[in-house]
Amino acid sequence: MAQQTNILAFRDAPRVPGFHADGGHPARRPVAHGFVHSKEAGGAVDGPGIRYVLFVSGCPLRCQYCHNPDTWHMRKGKETSVRDIVAEIASYSNFLKRAKGGITITGGEPLTQVEFTAEIFHAAKAMGLHTALDTSGYLGKRVSDEMLEDIDLVLLDIKAFTEETYREVTGVELQPTLDFAKRLSALGKKIWLRYVLVPGLTDKLDEIAGLAAFAASLGVVERVDILPFHKLGEFKWKECGREYKLADTEPPSRELVEQVRTIFRSEGLNAH
Amino acid sequence: MNVYAREPFDTVDTELSAQDPWRGFLPGSWTREIDVRSFIIANVTPYEGDAGFLAGITPRTADLWEKLKVQLKAERDKGGVLDVDVSTPSSITSHRAGYIAEDLEQIVGLQTDAPLKRAIMPFGGYRMVKNGLEAYGFKADTSLDKVFPKLRKTHNDAVFDVYTPEMLACRKSGIITGLPDAYGRGRIIGDYRRVALYGVNRLIEDKQAQLKSFELATIDEDILRAREETAEQIKALKELVKLGEIYGFDLTRPAANGREAVQWTYLAYLAAVKEANGAAMSLGRVSSFLDIFIQRDIAEGELSEAEAQELFDHFVMKLRIVRFLRTPEYDQLFSGDPTWVTESLGGMAIDGRPLVTKSSFRMLNTLNTLGPAPEPNLTVLWSEHLPKGFRDFCAETSIRTSSIQYENDDLMRPYWGDDYGIACCVSAMRIGKQMQFFGARANLAKTLLYAINGGRDEKSGAQVGPALAPVVGDVLEFEDVKAKLLPMMEWLARVYVNALNSIHYMHDKYMYERIEMALHDRDILRTMACGIAGLSVAADSLSAIKHAKVKIIRDERGLATDFEIDGDYPAFGNNDDRVDEIAVWLTETFMGCIRKHKTYRNAMPTQSILTITSNVVYGKKTGNTPDGRKAGVPFAPGANPMHGRDKNGAVASMASVAKLPYAHAQDGISYTFSIVPSALGSTGEDRVDNLDSLLSGYFLQGGHHINVNVFDRETLVDAMEHPELYPQLTIRVSGYAVNFIKLTREQQLDVISRTFHGAAN
Repeated sequence: MAQQTNILAFRDAPRVPGFHADGGHPARRPVAHGFVHSKEAGGAVDGPGIRYVLFVSGCPLRCQYCHNPDTWHMRKGKETSVRDIVAEIASYSNFLKRAKGGITITGGEPLTQVEFTAEIFHAAKAMGLHTALDTSGYLGKRVSDEMLEDIDLVLLDIKAFTEETYREVTGVELQPTLDFAKRLSALGKKIWLRYVLVPGLTDKLDEIAGLAAFAASLGVVERVDILPFHKLGEFKWKECGREYKLADTEPPSRELVEQVRTIFRSEGLNAH
Repeated sequence: MNVYAREPFDTVDTELSAQDPWRGFLPGSWTREIDVRSFIIANVTPYEGDAGFLAGITPRTADLWEKLKVQLKAERDKGGVLDVDVSTPSSITSHRAGYIAEDLEQIVGLQTDAPLKRAIMPFGGYRMVKNGLEAYGFKADTSLDKVFPKLRKTHNDAVFDVYTPEMLACRKSGIITGLPDAYGRGRIIGDYRRVALYGVNRLIEDKQAQLKSFELATIDEDILRAREETAEQIKALKELVKLGEIYGFDLTRPAANGREAVQWTYLAYLAAVKEANGAAMSLGRVSSFLDIFIQRDIAEGELSEAEAQELFDHFVMKLRIVRFLRTPEYDQLFSGDPTWVTESLGGMAIDGRPLVTKSSFRMLNTLNTLGPAPEPNLTVLWSEHLPKGFRDFCAETSIRTSSIQYENDDLMRPYWGDDYGIACCVSAMRIGKQMQFFGARANLAKTLLYAINGGRDEKSGAQVGPALAPVVGDVLEFEDVKAKLLPMMEWLARVYVNALNSIHYMHDKYMYERIEMALHDRDILRTMACGIAGLSVAADSLSAIKHAKVKIIRDERGLATDFEIDGDYPAFGNNDDRVDEIAVWLTETFMGCIRKHKTYRNAMPTQSILTITSNVVYGKKTGNTPDGRKAGVPFAPGANPMHGRDKNGAVASMASVAKLPYAHAQDGISYTFSIVPSALGSTGEDRVDNLDSLLSGYFLQGGHHINVNVFDRETLVDAMEHPELYPQLTIRVSGYAVNFIKLTREQQLDVISRTFHGAAN
């Protein structure tokens, strides 16, 4: 297999025979391969039902609490063909439909390999599967309206609600995520909002209240999941030779988690 | 089939009095013949609602359960056996009445005169009884030494009279293990419901008519056996009546209400466990049958919901304390102290109605009222058409207790109809119409090593198998190994089936299950239930040989005892056809080998892919294998992928297992699935929905059986260190629920090291 050296190399890759020869999506630049961190057939926590979850590699964010730092670098993933992944999804398609699930592409940040992600969603949609994109929204601009037609649900991680906190947590700016959320709202695209609650980092209640009001104003947020910070990914930081800043941070108390959920619920949102 | 006992011109009195046991029941062929299914189909009230109607534990039940828990703790504290009656060989009528607390018990009857006091059953093998007694600190009654085997030969003595040297060698090396040659074979389900529906007199009439049907012109060996067996069945039924009298009941007549229906059914079952110490003494499919009586009582205003639950709770308490005296080696093989009192729940009728009743809920609800337990082995016959309320209650209860196993009714119904039950873990049989000759299992991984080593055992070096050409090169070549494996499988199947023929011939002769067979039809289907262990090890080994490079390391005897793998290979459990097809091939091929041999009583050959917990013992007896598994390491249980090799998630693992063809493993394909709660969903509601979805998806693909364990690894580690805090922690392993703290440390570690399907991220 030829070694890909940069993302641009994808763009000239040959089209996958048999896929969207319809030409209906002129904006799409088909790619044949992408970089994959791992796959899990049978995820039950990334969207409704039982799902095929594809973890693609590469992420522009550097979240302090990231539990998958091994997915940050795209080329550390395994180069995998669209065709193989689609064939694999097809083999589970009856199961996933019966199990009221579908596919979820996550990562890493799936939009770092937006064409690759789009190809897979398009093929999954053609099989009649429910599709979910798990994203920080930071690269939302890369998503075309055509691509959004192939996505049923966006699992949107809004990691903080002020530029200052957001940058502290992730190292990048917040605004692109908010813009993406508003665009999804305008298109009527369903969102499941996710918020990782980290004591001392993302537990400012006024900021959370702002986020809750914003989420409610979107009108498309079906569900909010408050994810209590955990340290299950700490060993991966060590393996990657990185310093884990949250080594001394404890998971939030049950009471705090419930308090945050109440904030979202008071805005009329379905928070878990 | 049953023989008409009535004269054809008798008129049946349809005017039923208020006391008539059949009052209010719709007639059907069951009124003319012994046909429990017809009764159920005509009278069952399917329940489509949710669990909201259920009642909790009554004070009386709580009181009784507390008393029993004290005894259970005393049993544990004494090292596993509380007490034994060392001098009275058990029979249906051997002991006087025994109670836990007579004034509290709504359902009565014990195997001996006290709870948890075990009886001796020497007809299987007297040495086993003596070893069991000594191991647990009891002294055998020397007067019995004069009887066994001098005056009375046992099953065990008889089998060893006829075993060939080849069979003995296979038994010793462990290429065939767990054969029922020193204990009861079990896996026979008497139709205990018949006693409640018809009363024993009617059943005796029927058996007498059957005996008459064997008055033929030529009385040959087959007919003589049939006549003798039928005569024994009639005697056993008469003893059952006596057992009823011991507890103050008249079993000659049908049960007249719900309480009697439960009591009659239980006493019939009790007679079976007083007479036979089968490896698995399963109950059948009684809940929805009993429901008909209970619903009638409720409609008549005679029974409240709390009282109905009480009947099930008290019944289940009895089922939880069924005990046999066994040796520690036996418990090591099967783990804990199992009896496999399997009760099958749910399933669909052929007419499309669910056979789920309120009593299916009540039976499951005992896991709430009394807490989780391995017995009875609650088995849900799953169909995608089961009512949502029941499916949700099952999923909820599974998540809370890990005490339910599921089997695919949509897969089995076309084979076995709508009145089959599960014997032991995964063996389906039409109730009262079918039995099996239990055959334990053959070790496929070891067979592969025999193929490589020309029939010599990799551990002892002995020539156990035929001296065929061993592999001579330094690297295993797939086609070469496959060509050598085939004749080795042919040989093993021949020895195996012949050994089983020997065992079951002698079992019928010396340890015939009179009462269980009395609750069967005259003409029944018998299956010769063979089995295989180490499927995933054998499949992965062949995959490694084919897709990677496996070098042989030979010891000083010239035997291939270790292997070096260069490169990766696809492992079973990842939905990868390159290896899954090998597993399918092994299954079909070994079944094909079994089918070539004549079976005792022309039994239909079948096989299971099931190890229960004997995967640990099989692993111990098997050297290094070409898949990289080290000598002594446990096999995966049943049809499971090897621990840690299924890397693509639960659905991939399930997809691989679901490819194994039920048509060639009709005795069942067992799969154990463990998951931590957080991976099943973030809310309780999500978890219930997602478990339901997983089951639907798995069964849709053709999966046969699944054990569901939902718990954290930490819980198990803690239970290992502090067993006293977890007296009721139940986990499911390969078709059976076990009490975790009763496992050996080795088995506990095996369970913990097994794949937990946690979230990958």
